[in-house]
Amino acid sequence: MLHNQDSNESQADDAHSLARKTLQHDSNTGDIARSMSETTPFFAQAPRTPEITERFPDLHPPLNRTAAIAEANRCLYCFDAPCTGACPTHIDVPRFIKKIASGNLEGSAKTILDANILGASCSRACPVDVLCEGACVMHRYNKQPIEIAKLQRFAMDALHENGGSLPFSPGEDTGKSVALVGGGPASLACAAELRRHGIKAEIFDARPLPGGLNTYGVAEYKLPLAESLREIDLLAQLGVAFNFSVTVDDKILSDLEASHDAIFLGVGLGGIHQLGITGESLPGVQNALDYIADYKSGKVTAAPRRVAVIGAGNTAIDAANAAVRLGAADVHLIYRRGREQISAFAFEYEHAKQEGVKFLWHTTPIGILGADAVEALDLVTLEASSNGPSPPQARENFQLSIDLVILAIGQSTHTDFLKNGQIKLEGGHVLIDRVTGQTTNPKYFAGGDCTNGGREVVDAVADGKRAGIGIAAWLEGQRANT
Amino acid sequence: MPTLKTTFAGIPCINPFWLASAPPTNCGEQIMRAFDAGWGGAVWKTIGEPIMNVSSRYSSIDWNNQRMMGLNNIELISDRPIEVNLREISEVKRRYPKHVVIASLMVESNRHAWHDIVQRAEDAGADGLELNFGCPHGMSERGMGSAVGQVPEYCSQITGWVKEKARTPVVVKLTPNITDIRMAARAAKQGGSDALSAINTINSITGIDLNTLEPRPNVDGKSSHGGYCGPAVKPIALNMVQQIMSDEQVQLPLSAIGGIGSWQDAAEFILLGAGTVQVCTAVMHYGYRIVEDMSDGLLAWMRNKGFETLDDFRGLTVSKVTEWKHLNLNYKIVARIHEELCIGCELCYTACWDGAHQCIHLDRALSAPNTSRTPAMITEESLSRISVTPIAKLDTNGTSETGPQHTPLSRIPRVDEEECVGCNLCSLVCPVSDCITMEQVDNGLPPETWEERVSAGMTATPLVHTKL
Repeated sequence: MLHNQDSNESQADDAHSLARKTLQHDSNTGDIARSMSETTPFFAQAPRTPEITERFPDLHPPLNRTAAIAEANRCLYCFDAPCTGACPTHIDVPRFIKKIASGNLEGSAKTILDANILGASCSRACPVDVLCEGACVMHRYNKQPIEIAKLQRFAMDALHENGGSLPFSPGEDTGKSVALVGGGPASLACAAELRRHGIKAEIFDARPLPGGLNTYGVAEYKLPLAESLREIDLLAQLGVAFNFSVTVDDKILSDLEASHDAIFLGVGLGGIHQLGITGESLPGVQNALDYIADYKSGKVTAAPRRVAVIGAGNTAIDAANAAVRLGAADVHLIYRRGREQISAFAFEYEHAKQEGVKFLWHTTPIGILGADAVEALDLVTLEASSNGPSPPQARENFQLSIDLVILAIGQSTHTDFLKNGQIKLEGGHVLIDRVTGQTTNPKYFAGGDCTNGGREVVDAVADGKRAGIGIAAWLEGQRANT
Repeated sequence: MPTLKTTFAGIPCINPFWLASAPPTNCGEQIMRAFDAGWGGAVWKTIGEPIMNVSSRYSSIDWNNQRMMGLNNIELISDRPIEVNLREISEVKRRYPKHVVIASLMVESNRHAWHDIVQRAEDAGADGLELNFGCPHGMSERGMGSAVGQVPEYCSQITGWVKEKARTPVVVKLTPNITDIRMAARAAKQGGSDALSAINTINSITGIDLNTLEPRPNVDGKSSHGGYCGPAVKPIALNMVQQIMSDEQVQLPLSAIGGIGSWQDAAEFILLGAGTVQVCTAVMHYGYRIVEDMSDGLLAWMRNKGFETLDDFRGLTVSKVTEWKHLNLNYKIVARIHEELCIGCELCYTACWDGAHQCIHLDRALSAPNTSRTPAMITEESLSRISVTPIAKLDTNGTSETGPQHTPLSRIPRVDEEECVGCNLCSLVCPVSDCITMEQVDNGLPPETWEERVSAGMTATPLVHTKL
């Protein structure tokens, strides 16, 4: 089995031969399980950088046992609970909370994982204000909603403290195998579901470690990189196989299609859009996802004095907050429209204000200035317009001295490699049946950001889970028909 | 301005709040602090036979993270020398002449022993005597405490011995560990008792440690059945107090004990005829200071109700408790859910389906009432629904309709009033005050009791479901 974890850059030829090597071994599930157990846990491979740990402590510190039990006892134990309904993975929230109250922590973690194999990550990364906690009936009762996220984290932390044994076993081997392209939350959830159905699951990821944005893209003060990996180590117990530093192109994809019974696409989105202005290729211009991945993995441990983040989504805010914590004195978030039009969640905006991020509304860059590196942004203020279709009118120009420009103006799609697959796209996103995850090519299933345009970890997990069930049902149907 | 002053069996009381004979009345120093805090009287920790105690002595049961819903103890009577207790009684009475000090007594079942202790307690200055015929652990194994209270003849006989000697009022403290507490109450009356107090603690085992498999409270790996008290026992105490106070053969003043910790508790016991109330567990939990609100709250309630003295409302509820056969079978109430208060927890729904009569439904958002959808069908429907994180950029329709401040119509249960039997369960489980009210519906039928039906030669009518 292949674990090319040392190499960040992999040549296309290498990737092809690696994929082929993988394919030769793929009939032997025992081989996979053995190789997993012999491998260093992902958690142990996490880069550990003291500066980052120190500058990005838990935004929401965990509950201790006493607080968790008190909070768990506040839960009303609603029937058909709104929190469960609001959760994309439909975690049975009152059930896992009552198990905390009763002291059945093992059962609590099992309840969470049964619905959401990335329950630990989600407990930290989910925007619970608009999900479970936002739906809590306590809001209508002039009371604080139940701290569901913290309780979920408490149960999952307890599982890890007690040895982190996954409370499920793989299903009886069906002899079927599925290749999963991309190693982010959608593929991980799909793979776990497949293993529980006795289907072999083999993940291919371009990066040296698994988890995709869960590992590299969530603000460290919410979900540390190492915590994402620790959770993925649980999946290895199910016999999920991982291939790293493999960028799947159309050639590899057709090989995978030939050697597997189905393909799951969990490739996420592509790179961050460019502004299309002068100076964009100067050193000191970086995209937000790379910036976040770099500090999380310890490649960047300090920010220059003056930072500008272009965009006003959740990723822009994560990048701006990171720049503040990495020591920037002045962090501006620059957005061409007004406060009311930002796509970041309200609580994220409030958080950025608390961190000390400054906002320039109705402002857009028209050029990046500098000789050998970024020195300033050439900005123009715009007429405030009501979110209408007409482009805003320029009002006046000004310059802002800047050492680092971070672009966070949305991601492009990443679907070129699908060109031969008879997979229908819609607005650049892979079109799927929402219930089964099946694409217009019946052998292909998909989920996560590449299908939904970029939502949350929990949405990707829900997609992956549904697709896993969908693939199992489809393969079962194939068998019944033959 | 209402007053809490009262008289109990001839003893003037500045208020009806007494500390029960228990650890809070172990010594004079404690009792004087309690009087300073506002307690009107104290029944001294039982004085009598020399004993030894074990450690540990207490254990409790918690409920939903609330501590001490019920408390259990295996502590015996005072372990201090009789003369020390008596000396301190004298001192307390000298310093607090207007406060009531009752000496609780327990000695072996011997006429001379009782005469002796009665004499000494009264000489010390006690305002009255409480005979501990209720202690259910340890002392009962030696023929004292509840071993006396459980045998009406002994109860009557020892009360008689005490009355031969006593010059102050004699209060007999009854055990609840008996089939019918009225038998013991009548025996005490027969023996000449001036008053009663009830209830003493209830035999109990509070729990078992699931790690060691040993019972609590743990004494070197073993335990013994102890006396149970605290909020959990209040309903049992209310029932027994009502039984005694409504018994025509008893007719004695009663000092009520059992789970009292608030002014509401006190008011309820007084409404069932209690002259004073005794408190133990609540003080063991929160300290003497709780008496301030017991006084303050009771006075405020009396003002609101227009009661000037405790006598104005004492016993008003005794006759409202009756035998079941005298209840009006034609009285009909149904549950009404006040939509504007409903938070959508659906606890009433699940309680009605699993614990009552399947007459609450989740069909308000449907085009027509549907009483055939089961809880399982509703859960399954919800789980099959695809939810996503609402993101402004990607979702055109906002979440205002299902936002946290509004309960969606689909989550507000509906009561099928035709089928509702008026059991109260939904209103009991509803976490929101006044959201579910039980309201009388006029069925046009005159009041009719079971007894009246039987005497008219009628039997039960089989339940007919109109919808079948």
